[in-house]
Amino acid sequence: MPAVSKGDGMRGLAVFISDIRNCKSKEAEVKRINKELANIRSKFKGDKALDGYSKKKYVCKLLFIFLLGHDIDFGHMEAVNLLSSNKYTEKQIGYLFISVLVNSNSDLIRLINNGIKNDLTSRNPTFMNLALHCIANVGSREMAEAFASQIPSILVAGDTMDSVKQSAALCLLRLNRTSPDLVPMGEWTARVVHLLNDQHLGVVTAAASLITTLAQKSPEDFKTSISLAVARLSRIVTSASIDLQDYTYYFVAAPWLSVKLLRLLQCYTPPEDAALRSRLTECLETILNKAQEPPKSKKVQHSNAKNAVLFEAIALIIHHDSEPTLLVRACNQLGQFLQHRETNLRYLALESMCTLASSEFSHEAVKTHIDTVINALKTERDVSVRQRAVDLLYAMCDRSNAKQIVAEMLSYLENADYSIREEIVLKVAILAEKYAVDYTWYVDTILNLIRMAGDHVSEEVWYRVIQIVINRDEVQGYAAKTVFEALQAPACHENLVKVGGYILGEFGNLIAGDSRSSPLVQFDLLHSKFHLCSVPTRALLLSAYIKFINLFPEVKTTIQEVLRSDSQLRNADVELQQRAIEYLRLSCIASTDILATVLEEMPPFPERESSILAKLKRKKGPGILPDIDDTRWNGNGNVEHSESSSPSLMADLLPTNRPRPSSSSPTIVVRCTFVTVLVNSRFVCKNNGVIFENQLLQIGLKSEYRQNLGRIYVFFGNKTSTQFLSFSSSVSVEALTLRSPQLNIHAKAVDPTVEGGAQLQQILNIECVSDFTDAPVLDIQFRYGGALQNIAVKLPVMLNKFFQPTEMKSQDFFQRWKQLGVPQQEVQTIFKAKHPMDTDVTNAKILGFGVALLDGVDPNPANFVGSGVIHTKSTQVGCLLRLEPNAQAEMYRLTLRTSRESVSQRLCDLLSDQF
Amino acid sequence: MQFMLLFSRQGKLRLQKWYVPLSDKEKKKITRELVQTVLARKPKMCSFLEWRDLKVVYKRYASLYFCCAIEEQDNELITLEIIHRYVELLDKYFGSVCELDIIFNFEKAYFILDEFLLGGEAQETSKKTVLKAIEQADLLQEVRPHVVTLHFNSALFLIRLLRLN
Repeated sequence: MPAVSKGDGMRGLAVFISDIRNCKSKEAEVKRINKELANIRSKFKGDKALDGYSKKKYVCKLLFIFLLGHDIDFGHMEAVNLLSSNKYTEKQIGYLFISVLVNSNSDLIRLINNGIKNDLTSRNPTFMNLALHCIANVGSREMAEAFASQIPSILVAGDTMDSVKQSAALCLLRLNRTSPDLVPMGEWTARVVHLLNDQHLGVVTAAASLITTLAQKSPEDFKTSISLAVARLSRIVTSASIDLQDYTYYFVAAPWLSVKLLRLLQCYTPPEDAALRSRLTECLETILNKAQEPPKSKKVQHSNAKNAVLFEAIALIIHHDSEPTLLVRACNQLGQFLQHRETNLRYLALESMCTLASSEFSHEAVKTHIDTVINALKTERDVSVRQRAVDLLYAMCDRSNAKQIVAEMLSYLENADYSIREEIVLKVAILAEKYAVDYTWYVDTILNLIRMAGDHVSEEVWYRVIQIVINRDEVQGYAAKTVFEALQAPACHENLVKVGGYILGEFGNLIAGDSRSSPLVQFDLLHSKFHLCSVPTRALLLSAYIKFINLFPEVKTTIQEVLRSDSQLRNADVELQQRAIEYLRLSCIASTDILATVLEEMPPFPERESSILAKLKRKKGPGILPDIDDTRWNGNGNVEHSESSSPSLMADLLPTNRPRPSSSSPTIVVRCTFVTVLVNSRFVCKNNGVIFENQLLQIGLKSEYRQNLGRIYVFFGNKTSTQFLSFSSSVSVEALTLRSPQLNIHAKAVDPTVEGGAQLQQILNIECVSDFTDAPVLDIQFRYGGALQNIAVKLPVMLNKFFQPTEMKSQDFFQRWKQLGVPQQEVQTIFKAKHPMDTDVTNAKILGFGVALLDGVDPNPANFVGSGVIHTKSTQVGCLLRLEPNAQAEMYRLTLRTSRESVSQRLCDLLSDQF
Repeated sequence: MQFMLLFSRQGKLRLQKWYVPLSDKEKKKITRELVQTVLARKPKMCSFLEWRDLKVVYKRYASLYFCCAIEEQDNELITLEIIHRYVELLDKYFGSVCELDIIFNFEKAYFILDEFLLGGEAQETSKKTVLKAIEQADLLQEVRPHVVTLHFNSALFLIRLLRLN
């Protein structure tokens, strides 16, 4: 059968595509492509000048080859030449090539911009559109620099054709997204709002998107768009379906525009003007009413378009969160969709109801659908729909239905997809804790979690159950009994052994009175699991054993025998061996009193936000979860206090003979009235220097780092001849209030008086607990001549300070490089050189960054390759980096691979700023 | 919208349009991942899925999958209809469009898309207006469009994307 190639009939192109399609193997295809590339290259290099048609054809072939997934490294110049052709189709292909294969070669960009400029000023609307499309497609900074100031005038000029206005509007939108700083605000912004009134619906459609983007950035400046958007929306929803002619889509009036207008209104709170407000409410009611009308068409396009508008209206109602009747109506409507036969609608209804559940007006209404949602969890065949059901159950959970919801989630967990198990485990753990009225239910729930999905129970979950049991006397006996029973199972998950070992070690005495769980029985039960466990669990069990020796003197000899056995005392693992030797020795030489003191029951943990919640937040990103009420969260109404020297969770839990800091001194956070925060990228690659100076004060630093610890000597120089009084300097760590601290910083107190001309030294001790982004802030306060001075300076404590360089051979480097091949582990950036590209300086900077420079690894000697390990208290993260300079283009490409996404990203951000 | 991909049931990419700046390597990585994910889904499953921090909206038309990635606050259903309107535009322009038309006239598919969507947003939703713009451009052709006849080996690519019902 013949196929017809419509269009401008580039026969050579069609034949080439046909050839490629007839290739029987990948090799044949590559061969054919290489042949064609050679042909095109020779044509481009040849003496004979090519005519426009041939140039177009070859450029188009190159484009096709690129789109097949092959690299193209020539032809850009020819494509740029096509831009200046006065033949439309040649120009068009030139622009297409440039849009698809953007090249950051600066010479070319200048030529491209030249072509665009000519077309923009040509007054030929089709040429102008091509140019605008190209800018919108590429959206590069260079183009923004060249055209961002010109396009607004095209957009609002009276004589501009409608189609050009549309392109100009969306072109500006793209530039505003990529380089907002280059799009000048000004007189045109007032006029652009009035495009919402334009009689051409296409213009309104394009403008609505632009205005929404602008309004999100500066809502005040575009406030006048509210009334115009409401008026337009009102006209659309009340129009008869034929009024809008071609803008009616399957009997729905202008669905795209309606959605955009509703979206624009979500940048604002409900209109203050009463008339406007009631007009908007009318619109929303009309949209809700239409949902109840019989469909005008059986086609899915009709219902999709209609419901797209409906869902956007509901999103606006939820955003306003002010009209109880509308909220309840929205909820009822979504309730109907929950049982709709279209999977798509059920999915969206579940999703939308999640946000509705957090409104106080509709929370109760959402709860009435609990049975339907639970049913969805059991019957939906699509895992993504079930996932939405889990989210909704989580969102609608409160004290009244917690037991039911947790039970349902637990039973779903048994058959749930592996991909979402961990998340469900976290959610169950959070709900069980948050709504626990009696903690026996909580303990049962967590043990069930471990039993059913032990592999997906993260450390945070089992740490948390132990924290809670230790902090609540009333549940300790029950917990001991329950874990004891759970451990009876012939095969139990290692996490259960950990929890069991810990709890029996602390509270085994509470059930020892029963002969069925006598000390010896408890010990034998735990020890029967010992050999099946991993090293960390064995270490924990050994600690439980020494605790047993204190709790139950009658099993002392049995346990000592176990500790004395060769498999313990000569264990190949250093940690296990050390524990066995130390515990054995301790049990032999210490008196009962000393033993009782050393092995005393763990003191209560400070109340703080559950690390599980932080983990879920990290998984899901902020904003999706309902806010957790903190006082409820802590159960006993304690307000969480930040800790300056909080030990890591693991340190909290290991019952070693090292005393745990029992109380914590809250960090003093000085709220500054005059804040000068300096972000200093100069200090990424160096450790010493002056970080702040004004007329009064100079602050200098000397810092040293070793593994996850650091020490900074801060020197405050009084530049005046007068005393500074009430001088204080403290460190606050920003944006960390929601999580356990990633950095611990201890600042030594300083003398409150600094004499004129004198220098004061302060020592800061730093411990890096886990990887972090925000630098700590040094807050300084003092009185100078009666005036209070507040200064806040960002301390140059960055993640790379905790690097230890690692030397390695080429072979090892590449092996590790390959091991870190998961997409999230790699971060890459391409950037323009800000400083002269000097090899020695670059070498020094990379070394200063903290990694080892590896010579002879990269085949290209101009490239830099480095490796190192970031040390934090909780973990060590190996890191490989590669910096490829391109001297001609004055660009760099930086690639980082580490085992942690957040670390790769952070290091990349830090280093790319240095060159 | 962040990007739109058209790919066949065999996983061959037929059209890619990116509205966010990404490196070629990232684009390839994303494409590979997403094509796999979507092809693994069963026919009756819902058209939306969460993917990384984006929402993916996809629909299959005969041998081709149309797949869009949108942001958190974007509307899934209207995106589904963006896809449909684009298919209608292709169908009208080529006259009963099939996968083969898009393979051989990929540049036209790009031009039509640019008239309809720009910067990832709907620019002109009227079918008539979009087609008029494209046809006007065709009229500007200097060479009279001559019809190229080709022979090929599979009827699979000839199934009309839009079913008439």
